[in-house]
Formats: sequence, C-alpha cells, structure tokens
Amino acid sequence: MKAVDVLPWIPVFPLLGFLVNGLLYLVSHSKLGGKDAPLGAHGAGGHDDAHGGHAAGHVAPDHHAGPGGHGDHVEIPFKALHTWIGPLASGLACVAAFLAIFLWMGETRGEEALVTTLWTWIPVGSVPTWFGGANVSFDVALRIDPLSALMIGFVTFVGTLIHVYSVGYMGHDAGYGRFFAYLNLFMFAMLTLVLGANLPILFVGWEGVGLCSYLLIGYYYDKDFAADAGKKAFVMNRIGDAGFLLGLFGCLAMFGTVDFGRMFATAAADPAKYAAGGLVTAAALCLFIGATGKSAQIPLYVWLPDAMAGPTPVSALIHAATMVTAGVYMVARMNVLFRISHEWALKVLGEGPSVFGLLTHDASFVVAVIGGLTAFVAATIGLAQNDIKKVLAYSTVSQLGYMFLGCGVLAFGAGMFHVFTHAFFKACLFLGSGSVIHALGGEQDMTKMGGLKDKIPHTFRTMLIATIAIAGIPFFSGFFSKDAILGETFASGHVVLWAVGLVTAGMTAFYMFRLIRMTFYGTFRGSAETWAHVHESPATMTVPLWILAAGAFVAGYWGIPKVLPPFVNKFDGFLEPIFVKLPAGWTPHPHEASHALEYALMAASVAVALVGIALAVRFYSGAFPFALPSRVAAAVPRLTRAVRQKYYVDEAYEWLFVERLGKRFGRFLWDVDARVVDGAVNGSRHVTVGLSHVSDWIDKTFVDGAVNGVADGLQAAWRGQGRLQTGQTQSYALAMAGGVFGLVCLYIIFA
Amino acid sequence: MNGLLTLLIFLPTAGAVALLFLPREKTGAIKLVATVTAGIAFVASLPLWFETGFRTSGDFLFRETLDWIPSLGVKYALGVDGIAALLILLTTLLSFICMYASYTAITKREKEYYVFLLLLETGMIGVFCALDFFLFYVFWEVMLVPMYFLIGVWGGPRKLYAAIKFFLYTLFGSVVMLLAIIALYFFNTTGFLWWKGLGNAPTFDIPHFHAIASQIPPDLQVWLFWAFFLGFAIKVPMFPFHTWLPDAHVEAPTAGSVILAGVLLKMGTYGFLRFSLPICPAASSTHWVQLSVVVLSIIGILYGSMVAMVQKDVKKLVAYSSVAHLGFVMLGFFALNTAGIQGGILQSINHGLSTGGLFLLVGIIYERRHTRMITDFGGISSVMPVYAMLFMVILLASIGLPLLNGFVGEFTILVGAFLANWRWAAFAVIGVVLGAAYMLWLYQRVFFGEVTHEENRTLQDVNLREILTLAPLIVFCVWIGVYPKPFFEMTAKSSDKLVVAVEQARLAREAGTVRMASTAGTPGTPATPATRADLAAPAAPAAAAVLPEGR
Repeated sequence: MKAVDVLPWIPVFPLLGFLVNGLLYLVSHSKLGGKDAPLGAHGAGGHDDAHGGHAAGHVAPDHHAGPGGHGDHVEIPFKALHTWIGPLASGLACVAAFLAIFLWMGETRGEEALVTTLWTWIPVGSVPTWFGGANVSFDVALRIDPLSALMIGFVTFVGTLIHVYSVGYMGHDAGYGRFFAYLNLFMFAMLTLVLGANLPILFVGWEGVGLCSYLLIGYYYDKDFAADAGKKAFVMNRIGDAGFLLGLFGCLAMFGTVDFGRMFATAAADPAKYAAGGLVTAAALCLFIGATGKSAQIPLYVWLPDAMAGPTPVSALIHAATMVTAGVYMVARMNVLFRISHEWALKVLGEGPSVFGLLTHDASFVVAVIGGLTAFVAATIGLAQNDIKKVLAYSTVSQLGYMFLGCGVLAFGAGMFHVFTHAFFKACLFLGSGSVIHALGGEQDMTKMGGLKDKIPHTFRTMLIATIAIAGIPFFSGFFSKDAILGETFASGHVVLWAVGLVTAGMTAFYMFRLIRMTFYGTFRGSAETWAHVHESPATMTVPLWILAAGAFVAGYWGIPKVLPPFVNKFDGFLEPIFVKLPAGWTPHPHEASHALEYALMAASVAVALVGIALAVRFYSGAFPFALPSRVAAAVPRLTRAVRQKYYVDEAYEWLFVERLGKRFGRFLWDVDARVVDGAVNGSRHVTVGLSHVSDWIDKTFVDGAVNGVADGLQAAWRGQGRLQTGQTQSYALAMAGGVFGLVCLYIIFA
Repeated sequence: MNGLLTLLIFLPTAGAVALLFLPREKTGAIKLVATVTAGIAFVASLPLWFETGFRTSGDFLFRETLDWIPSLGVKYALGVDGIAALLILLTTLLSFICMYASYTAITKREKEYYVFLLLLETGMIGVFCALDFFLFYVFWEVMLVPMYFLIGVWGGPRKLYAAIKFFLYTLFGSVVMLLAIIALYFFNTTGFLWWKGLGNAPTFDIPHFHAIASQIPPDLQVWLFWAFFLGFAIKVPMFPFHTWLPDAHVEAPTAGSVILAGVLLKMGTYGFLRFSLPICPAASSTHWVQLSVVVLSIIGILYGSMVAMVQKDVKKLVAYSSVAHLGFVMLGFFALNTAGIQGGILQSINHGLSTGGLFLLVGIIYERRHTRMITDFGGISSVMPVYAMLFMVILLASIGLPLLNGFVGEFTILVGAFLANWRWAAFAVIGVVLGAAYMLWLYQRVFFGEVTHEENRTLQDVNLREILTLAPLIVFCVWIGVYPKPFFEMTAKSSDKLVVAVEQARLAREAGTVRMASTAGTPGTPATPATRADLAAPAAPAAAAVLPEGR
C-alpha cells in the first residue's frame, strides 16, 4: 500500500459520514420517512423545549440544554446510528491520516511531497498569461508533504476527540443528526483544504469550511442572533475569498500554473522576473486578504466573536483549533511568495527602508504588522469580556495574530508550530468552557459563576493546564511556540512588533487567569437552584478533555528551541522541505542571535506572563463585585466602555457596509431602475402612445379630412349635377354618344 | 442519425396537435400526454450528448438541408455544434420538468396551457438548430407568441403589462437584428449601401457567413455588431435593457419563469456566440467595442446584485440575480479567450439549472401560501425541513459554492476575465461577495428565526412529485460541480474556433490589412476546423499585447 493510495480516503470517510447522517436526518424529519415522525414536534417544538429555557438574550448565545434542563425528553430518531457514524467517520479519517503519514515517512523519509491526481476538474485550455501562454487545467489532486502531514495529523486527531465530546454535549438536542452531518462535512472540507495539491482545490476546502462554519454557527437557526452570526461569518469570509481569488488568478497569470509543486519551482527558478513591478507582492497581499477573512484578522475579524453563537464543540473545532488556522496554513504554504516579496522590497527600497515603504512593497511585513496589531487589539478586548466563550474567542483572534506575526517575520516554522500547539490548548479550553456551561445548564456569564473547582474537578484541572499552556509558562506547549515567534520577531529586527507581542503575552496571561479565577474560585454567584444541579460532565466529555490537556502539555516538546537541550528544533527540521530553495541573493541573512540574548528574551516573556497572572489573581480575589477591576474601570470610564463595546467596530461596519452601502445604496439603485432605466422604457411607451394620438388627430384632421373633403366636394358636386339625372334613357344615350365621340376625337388627335 | 433535429423540433408540435383532439375536461390525460411528449423529446435529445463528434471538432453535425424559398436562397437548414447541443439538452430537460411541475400550479385552461408550452419548446429547439438566418428568425419570433400567452393568460395581477412589455421589447430588438441579417444578405450578393457586395449567390446560410466573415469590412462589422447586439442584449438581458425581465418573471407562472430564465435568456447569449463573435470578429476584437460590452456586463453584475439585495418579492430577487449571473456570462464571452468563453457557456447552462431550480422552489411555496413576499415567511426551516434543504443546495449552487456547478462557471469566467484584464476580474469578484450576501439574507429571512405567521405553521413539506422535479437539477448541479470535464469538452472545439476567429481578425486589423480568406466559402461549407495547435500561434503575440495591460 502506498501513501498516495490512502490520501483520498482521508476526506472521503467524513464525506460518507455526512451523506449517511444527513440522509438519516432528512428521512426522519420528512413526511416520506414515516408518518410517526411529526415535523413540528422535532423540528420546532422539541427545539424550543430544549433551548427556550436558557435564552438569556445576547449575553448567553449558546443555548445548550443541560441535563438538568428541559431537554431530557427530546426524542432523537436514529440516535444510536448518528452516535456511531459521526465519530466513526472522523475516527476513520484519523486512522487513514496517520497511516498515510506513516507510509509517506517510510517512502520519502518525510523529505519529499507526494501528489496523487484523481481526475481533471476544470480543463480550461490554452490561455494567454502574463509571460507567454499556458495550457491550463485544474486537477483534483491531493498532496502530502510535511505541512499537510502536520495539518491532517492534528485536524483528524482533535476533530475526532471533539466528535466524541459532542456525543455527550449534544446528546439532548433535537438536531443531533443534523449536527453530526455538518460536523462530518466540515471535516471533509477541512481535510480537502489541507490536502489540496493546488490553489483551486485548496479553495474548494476553503469555501467548504466557510459553508460549514455558516451552517454550524447558525445551528440554532430559530434564534435570530445565531442566524445573523452565521450570515455575517459567511459574508465576511466571502470578502476575504474575493481577495483570495484575485491572488489565485495572479499566480496563474504569473506562473501559468497553480499547482503547488510546479508553481513554487517556477517562482524559485527566476524570482527577479516575477517580483519585478511588485507582481509577487500584489499576489501575496491578495492571498493574505483571504487569510484575514478566514483567520479573523484586522479588518475582517469581527465575525469570529459572533461565531460563538454556535454550539461549543463547533467553537472548539472550527473557530479555534482548525478552520481559523487555515489562513496561517495558506500563508505558510505560499511562503515562497512572501519570501520573494520580502527580498524584492529590500532590493528596491535599498538601505534603510521606511515603514511606509515596507508596507507598500513587502507583503510579509504587512502580514507581520496586521498579525501583531490583531494580537494586541483582540487581547485588549478580551480583558473586559464577561462571557466565557467571548473571552476565548478574542483570545483565539489574538493567538492567530501571533501566528501571522511569526509568518510575517518569515518564521513560518514558528507560526505553524503555534498553530499546532494552539490546536490542543485552545480546543481544551473551549471544550472545558463547554463543560462548565453544560454543568450550569447553559450559563455563559462569568459574573454568575465562581467556586466551581471542586464541583467539576476534571474540567477545572484540564482547563488549568491549558491556561498555563496559553499563558506561556515554561515546560508547557504554549511557552515553546510563543517564545519561538517572539524570539524570531526580535531577531529579525522588528523590535516594536516584538514589544507589542510581549505586552500581548502579558495580557493573555491576565485574561486567561481572570477567566480561571472568575469561573472556578471564590463563591458561586448564580442561583441556588443552578448550584444544586452542578455536576461533572460524562466520560465522553472528560476523556477528550484530558487527552487534549495532555496534548497541551507535551505538544511543545516537538519544537524545543535550539538554545535548550537537546539543542535541535525537531519541528523546524520536519517542516524544512516546504521551503523551496531560492537562488543566491534571494535568501535572507540568517538571524543569528546570541544564546545570551535568547535566554534574556525567554526570561522577559516568562516575567511578563507571571506579572499578568499575578495581576489577575490580585484583581479577581475576594468578594464579588471585584473591587480592583471596578476601580480601574471607574478611573477610565470612556476607555472601559470602548473596550467593552469592542471599540464600536461592529457598529461602524454595520452602519457603513450594511446600512449605507448595502441597503440604502441598493434601494437607491432600485429607485434608479424603476424610474430611470425602466422609466425610459415606459417613457418610450408613453411617447409612442402620445405620437399615436397626434397621428390620430392628424389622421382625422388632415388625411381623413382630405378624404372626407373629397367626399364632401363630390357630394356638393353631385347635388349640383343631380338635375342631370332625369331618368330618361334618351338623354343618357345622348350623353354616352357624346362621350364616345369625344374619346374618338382625342384618339385621332393624339394617335 | 439524420432527421434527429427535425424530430426534436416537431415532436412537441405533434404533442400539441394531439392535445387539441383531447376534450378539455380530461385534464389528467392532457397532463399525461404533455409530460410524456416532453419526456420523449428529452430522451430523443440524448444522442446529442453521446455524440463524440462534438468533442473532436467544432463543426456542425446532424445537418439537414432542404430548399425552402429557392428564389431568395432560403433553406430549411439544421445543424448543431457542441454549444447548441448542450443548450438543446437543457431545453428538453427543463421543458420536461416544467410539464411535470405544472400539475397543481395550473388549474384553468390546462389544455391551452400545455399546448403553448409544447409549442414554446418547438420554438426554442428550432432556434438552437437553425443554420439558416431566415429559419432562425422565424423560430426566434415564433417562440415569442406562446410565451406571450403563457404570461398573459396564466400570469399574476399585472400579467398584461408584463406580457406586452416582454413581447414588444423583444420584438424591438429582433427587428434591429433583422436589419443586420438583411444587410448581410445584400452584402453577400449585390452590396449594401456603399459597401460593395461579394457577388455570391443569394443565401441565408449561417456557416457561409462564418466563412466570409474575414471579407466583411471592419466598419460594416461594427454596424452589424451593434445591430445584433441590440437584439441579443435585450434577450440576455444586459444592463440597461433588463427591465422587462423582473416584470416578466414576477408575473409569469412558475413554468414560464423557469423556461424564461433557463432557456429564453440563453438564446441571447447563444446569439452572441453564433453571430456576433464569428460574423463580426473584427468588430468584437475592437478595443472600444469589447470594453463597452465588458463594462455593461460588469455594471450588470454589480447593479443586479445590489438591486437584488433590497427586493421584497422572492421572485423579483431571483430575477435581478439573473441579471447579475448573465453579466458574468457576458463578461466571460468578451474576455475573448478560451477560459472566458468556455466558462460563459457553462455558466449559461448552470444558470438554467440553478435559477430554474430557484423558480421551481419559489413556485412550490407560492402554491401553498399564495404570496411571494419575503416578510410573509420566516422560520420555514422548522416547518418544511426537506424543502429548506433543497432550497439551500440550489441556493449554494447559485452563489457559486465549490463542488457545485455555479462555482465552476464563475471561476472559469473570472480566470478568463483576469487574463484579459485583471481589473475586470477585480470588479467582478465583488459580485461574488454580493451574491452570497443577498442570497443568504433572503434565506435567513425566509427560513430562519421563529415562525412569525400562524398560516406558516401548517405548511406541508414537499411531496414526492416536487422532489422529483428538483432532483434532476440537483444531480446536474453536483455533477457539473464535481466533474464538469465532459461539459467543457462538448464546447471546447467550438470555443476554440471562436477564439481563433476573433484573434485572427485582431491580428489582421493590427497588421493594417483585411485578410481575404484563401477560399471564398461556398454556401454550406463549414469553416476550417481549428485545432489547439492553431490556437497557440495567435495566443503568443496576444499575450505580449496583454502584458502591459496586465501589469
């Protein structure tokens, strides 16, 4: 068996799962499937029962029904089948993925890419490109190389755990089957995205995950905010996708191919040719616009916090561990463009490039700036959120910013390493928050939590491990990956970005421990009834939590920095083959930082993290409402309000793009359509009808008038001649004879 | 198989005649005869799909020629290439579906209704088969009449306004097109105005005009181009000639809308491929002509989408979305490269499938609630889950989700547009975003949220017949989305021919000479088939011309 033979099965298993789950769900909810499955009862009634009780307005968007809630009696058709098929589809994909990785390692020692072409998808034919012509054809082809191996490994692994978790978490939901169908479909799309051997196939997955995200955010579709959030996510992603498409076309026009292998080889063969005039930079920036949509970066980040309206396993899988990292994956995949763009900018700008010059010439610098800025801004918003999932959402946006910061300073390895470790600790945190919400029967507001650590010990311990990991405490995974990014940023000379990253690290530690303190410490602030029902989650939920917590601890040891024993970064070594060699003059000077400096940077990161933790503990101790935070908030009321309101970015977007450019401009155009464009058509009708009336008048007055005039004239003449009609045959015969005589005379004269 | 096209054209007519002999009360028998006739027509059209000749050459196949009016050179000449064959298949499929979908929608004057539908099918197939200008024009006009009655008799409240507007607007365009045809006819023989004639025997043979295209002076071509343009642009419809479409769609019965969107609009795009590009290649490749059409197309995309966004009536929204989709098709055609034209043709088919599907879906809910106002719905997902799922699939096909048909077409068009001039694609992709916005907003308002109207609580989900009408469309949507290769192959040779013709005309004009064809084509001689190798030659200099533009 060869690796390439296994590759197709990785996405196909979840696809089959989707088809079976979806069909079962539809059959059980349609009239055709059987008379005893009434539509209203399951679709609407049961739904309301399950979620209605917990709707606490927009503060608590996740309407998960706890077992203590009203959801118990919801009858779910084919529940056992869904329970098996959903996780199994993902599990088989996981087995196939690891088998493929194993075989691929054996066949190539992990140094080469293997590609399998399944069928020709779009045979475009011969087209003119910017550098000559090309015969273009887009294939359905899958590729395994270190980057995709890394992605399929953790995506299927974390994905399967989340499927298992969902069995417990969604077990009382009327849409159980629908949920698993969507989740399976998501796995299919995500795996297509990372396995695709060319940009169009990547885009298939790219849009596919966007669709699943839409469907799953809007899973509770009868709630307006869920439907709104889903649509917002899809449309914002589509804005990014438009950029992505232009980048894709740019690559096609430049290189004549969009197959990764051939494209990178072409680019590396003559970077100067393609970089000239900023072509590569433009294409790279367009692709990066796509990444800002998918990975929730400024300016397209606002959909991700809203996406928390979906069920919590969805937040963990799609909006933390996998889909949102697709942008980072894509940037790392297209690393050759960003590297060329960077070197070209340095060449063009010469000595002492200005920030503005870099922003307009160096795509990678733009990535770094956007990443750093997003990390910082999202972290500040995260400081003041009270919804447990919102905190995690902004944390995700912020961590994604870190990843882009890493890629932006051309440390793609470090960026991807953070993708990898983040998948574990953030999935663990989201699932942990889900477990908390589950325990509290749907409560998400941290001001109504507290003191839960002994009531739900597994949840508490696993979340604590993950929190330590994200905060960047040594020996946990987040420390290694975050430190790699910060170290590379500093070494590449972007000291300001490094400082921003460092401050963000402090804020991260602060808001994460704030979450832990508010949730698990102190006294419970909810109702007594809720407290009585608090219970640890079932094993289907806690076992995945523990596995992920273990991952949050150990995942970092793959990429121990070179200054620490065993003095080799295995992770960077693993990814090495994805960086195509560029000719001399196009490779950056390696950043050689002294060991002493590296230790100093590490120490700084750790110190900042510890300060953040200490502040969080100091701030969120004692009786509620916490005195210190309130005082700080009172001291800077406007800033506090701005942060709480997420800097009014949503409102600004809503006003500008939805109200003005969308609805109002649309209505204006419709008005134009009705009055001007169609007005011209109707106007021509009126003109025609009007002219007809004029013609009618002319007709009656002049044309018909002439006829009538002739008639009248004749009539008058007739009256005058009436007396000729005597009735006597003789006089007629005389007239006839006279006539004939006259004619004969004329004939003789003229003939 | 000789005579196949004649059979296809007149089979529906035969069905219509048979219906005349049925008593009007026997509605069951009437529906059965109509549906079976359309079904047989669909099956009879399948040989077109399996004909391998389309995949190996761009020639007209299945040709039939009979003298009709010898003194004028008018012939009954039929023949199809891959493009026409695909459109005929679409026509027979949609007609069949429309018969089946009308069972409960039409409850008055069933007999006349099905007679008109069948006659309409005859007209549409005839348009795609005709290889004689005269015959083409006859079918083109014949087809207006049943459509006029379908809207005018079985339509909504403003049916008369819509029907007359549709008829007159289209007729206006056709008359201008007729002028172009007559001009061509005289140019071919004795001359036209101050243009000296070629002195050929009088003929209306379309392949003949393809063959002599290079002998038509560019200035005459420009006049002819705009005359044809008016006829086809109204039919497509392109901005700003689109306003008859929303009215016609809103007032037409469901089947009328499906046919209108699915096939009638395609007659406009077909016209561009069959006449404008190959007969006026020098005009088409003239920069300002090309740019004018492209700009109108892009305006159509953006404007149609924006106006669709704010519609209150579902059908009107879908109608305006058609304006945007057809804008994409036209943009592809006038990218004037293989990618654009191939994508444009496929997108014509796609639009027929997905927009046809959307109209069927709107019809389904209209039959239940007798309203199409978006605000009258909400929360339908809970009540009609299967319907909601079907709607979602077709909607996703319409907004171009990968692995469904719309994406393949749009994507290929955008590739072509980008390679022609990246700015065009940069504007057009905005349409991709807007498409998602208005469609998902529509879906949200109709299907999501709580059920807000009591009447909607008791709505029945789709029944088996309704599922069966939609199933073939969904099958095709997925098929074209996943494996569009056979569809592309069907039209590749014809597209190549068009590209080569236009490219050669451009080169000839740039060289400052009007190249005379080595052999003055005799009537009925098809143009020399182009191969991929032929294409590569003109493509390279063209690339050089595109380069400064692209950068």
